[in-house]
Amino acid sequence: MNRDNEIRDVFVVADNVLSPLGKTTADNFSRLKENQSAVKAHHNPEISQQPFFAALFDNNDFLQADQKYTRFEQLLIASVENTLQNCAINIADKKTVLIVSSTKGNISLLETEPYNIDLKKRISLPHSAQLIADHFGFLNQPVVISNACISGVLAIITGMRLLRTGQYENAVIAGADVITKFILSGFQSFQALSPQLCKPFDQSRDGLNLGEGAGTIILSTNEKYHGNIKVKGGSVSNDANHISGPSRTGNELAHAIKQAMQDADVSSENIDFISAHGTATVFNDEMEANAIVIAGLKSTPLNSLKGYYGHTLGAAGLIESIISLKSLQEGLVLPTAGFEQAGPGTAVNVVAEQLNIKANNFVKTASGFGGCNAAVVIGR
Amino acid sequence: MINIKTLLSKKYITSSCTISKDIVGKNGSNLFEGHDADTSAFLLSVYQHFKLSYPKFYKMDNLSKLGWLASEILLKDDFKPHLYQPAQVGIVLANANSSLDDDIKYYASVGDVPSPSLFVYTLPNIMIGEICIRNNFKGEHALFVQEKFDTDFIETQVNYLLDNNLLEACICGWVDVLEHDYKAVLFLVEKEKGERALPFSKNNMNSIFINN
Repeated sequence: MNRDNEIRDVFVVADNVLSPLGKTTADNFSRLKENQSAVKAHHNPEISQQPFFAALFDNNDFLQADQKYTRFEQLLIASVENTLQNCAINIADKKTVLIVSSTKGNISLLETEPYNIDLKKRISLPHSAQLIADHFGFLNQPVVISNACISGVLAIITGMRLLRTGQYENAVIAGADVITKFILSGFQSFQALSPQLCKPFDQSRDGLNLGEGAGTIILSTNEKYHGNIKVKGGSVSNDANHISGPSRTGNELAHAIKQAMQDADVSSENIDFISAHGTATVFNDEMEANAIVIAGLKSTPLNSLKGYYGHTLGAAGLIESIISLKSLQEGLVLPTAGFEQAGPGTAVNVVAEQLNIKANNFVKTASGFGGCNAAVVIGR
Repeated sequence: MINIKTLLSKKYITSSCTISKDIVGKNGSNLFEGHDADTSAFLLSVYQHFKLSYPKFYKMDNLSKLGWLASEILLKDDFKPHLYQPAQVGIVLANANSSLDDDIKYYASVGDVPSPSLFVYTLPNIMIGEICIRNNFKGEHALFVQEKFDTDFIETQVNYLLDNNLLEACICGWVDVLEHDYKAVLFLVEKEKGERALPFSKNNMNSIFINN
């Protein structure tokens, strides 16, 4: 297919990161430049008998007075609202679609509400997405993606593809997850949590930290955004190996990275840095390092933002893509908080100190339960 | 400028499978009728009737069991794996209740000892992982949560993947379970006609979906 004639450019119009570090992308990036992390020790017997490390909101000042929305929905609303304030996208338009990404959405209602037919509806992700669509006045039925830890990256890829087909001109893509007993106990049962600050790609990494937050990115094919940063390509693959453990080789994530670069029409030499999934579990980081070597990116600077935000699940792909986009604009790759020394399985170019570079393109990767992998290329 | 229509590949539903209301159907014929009110017992009776042998089946949650069974019956005799590389086959699924059926069971275990084997199924895309593991499918995949089966949206997604040659074959459809209610409708979409020559379209998906 002739790319020049057929593929529409997909521009980034506006974005927001709402996290314990700040309410806007700019706030967040300032805190990150100061090396602040949202991850800390918590003792909250309501959700865990044992103390745990996580990145949680200290106060809920993003909550609106309107009680008809849950905490999960209010996070999404606050993030989308801030994003819309920074652009002139018309949402009450058949050419605009809302895409919502979450792994567990309103699952905490199982902890507090009696299970009955009303709860069954209240807990469903399409119901939450429709409430948010109605709140802002979107005309189209929202798209909901729940595909484990690649949900956020897959939401960006899905948005990019829907815009390329010409069905829509604008996509508002928002992701969020909140951390409660349901999720925390599950990761504890898997013995996947680190008893301290997580250490992505470090030789002594010992598990992940969970985090909560939201991220929103608005994409458009409207040529008036020509010159803005673009979502250039993306791809998804499956390990076909194990539902809760990564590939033994990394070949499948490498395939997704290579396909994403091909889709973006860039080669590995044109990738200036990588925002890795980097959960800091022993097996994830090793698989990911293997994949990055196979994809020809062994010496490309790489970071993981999990040491700042923890693993924000369905928001992670969005938050980390948006922060990396900011890095691209500012020419500043953030260090991998928690990383000191690479182990034998993670011999890639992990960024340990702030790195000033002139960057044109980066790759964002994600992998998750069910053997899923995703990669997206964002750049000038 | 090239007319994009001329570049779009033709696509066909080369097989379909439905599991709903105690009945298993394939390509329009009923193959099995069960008599168990309980979803787990019914799914086991399907597994036994089709003489399937896959020990991993027993550890799956009901959503993965339903999706896996439907994929086995869908692919049997109609899918030629040697025609494709692993990364050329993908899966696009939707459902209404995500993994709520297993979420409830997992959360019931939390008061006692949280069960990692239940927790792992608290993600709806795990059923895609199970089908991929069984068949060594390594291509594009996605799980969308929709109140009702949105054939228009699914058609767009599958068309994109096949028209851009990201996939050569794709399983798509609906797999939903919540307690006693369940429904699976899967379609195998390929670029070659096969015996039935049913074009891949939202209307053809709809008519199979609604009649089962």
